[in-house]
Amino acid sequence: MIPDLGKYAFAVLASYGSGLGLLIALVVATVLRGRKVRHRLEAIEKRQGRTNG
Amino acid sequence: MSLWDYANPRKFMETSAKVLPLIWTLAGLCLTIGLIWGFFFTPDDYKQGSTVRIIYLHVPAAMMAINAWVMMLVASLIWLIRRHHVSALAARAAAPAGMVFTLIALATGAFWGQPMWGTWWEWDPRLTAFLILFLFYIGYIAFWQAIEDPDTAADLTGILCLVGSVFAVLSRYAVNFWNQGLHQGASLSLDKQENVSDVFWYPLLVCIAGFVLLFFALVLTRTRTEIRMRRIRALEARERLV
Repeated sequence: MIPDLGKYAFAVLASYGSGLGLLIALVVATVLRGRKVRHRLEAIEKRQGRTNG
Repeated sequence: MSLWDYANPRKFMETSAKVLPLIWTLAGLCLTIGLIWGFFFTPDDYKQGSTVRIIYLHVPAAMMAINAWVMMLVASLIWLIRRHHVSALAARAAAPAGMVFTLIALATGAFWGQPMWGTWWEWDPRLTAFLILFLFYIGYIAFWQAIEDPDTAADLTGILCLVGSVFAVLSRYAVNFWNQGLHQGASLSLDKQENVSDVFWYPLLVCIAGFVLLFFALVLTRTRTEIRMRRIRALEARERLV
């Protein structure tokens, strides 16, 4: 399935590995932080008896 | 309906909640299709062999590294001139995405450069401008973290953003300004004669669309988080007073 990358296999695979790894890490960090902050705000608003806009 | 209505955090939260699922989905689709198409279903280049496949990550990441800074510049100017908090928070939210795109451009460029130029790194005008842009991203993020008062932080990072814009422009045009160094000129052009071959061009376009959509999704999501953090700080401050 993987195309024959010949003598440049390391360069191509390392590029895809590092590039996709960084993109996935960025997306996961963004989503997890967003979720954590949302829950924290909900807890504070619940404690104070408010609702968020 | 004016664009300035979105400067209202409540309006921004309502609208972004509606459009975000669509933008995330389209970004995921474009990136999956573009990268699979480019990696598995395009031929080797007659000069660069299989390394041409790196173009599907390197070029969109480099484009978005510069465009992210331009977006931060526009948002910072809106903050400095009109004092809309959402624009300052959007600039802050864009920085980590821009930094990662710059890092991807630098890393994939090094992996591409080693077999093609015989070196991982060269103090070439474009490469050097990109490295400085990366350092500006780190400085910008650190500045936001270091300054406690959010309005002061927005003011100072806005000024840093103006200064850094010089390097964002240099990253794009360094090859034209100094006709030296290893890095080639623009791979993409509106002039069809100067463009890469269609067989590489179409999957590359899909990847570029994917990176643009991913950037929007990340900025909207992170801006929503920054708005919530701001509200948390306000509520906690009120709690301390009671």
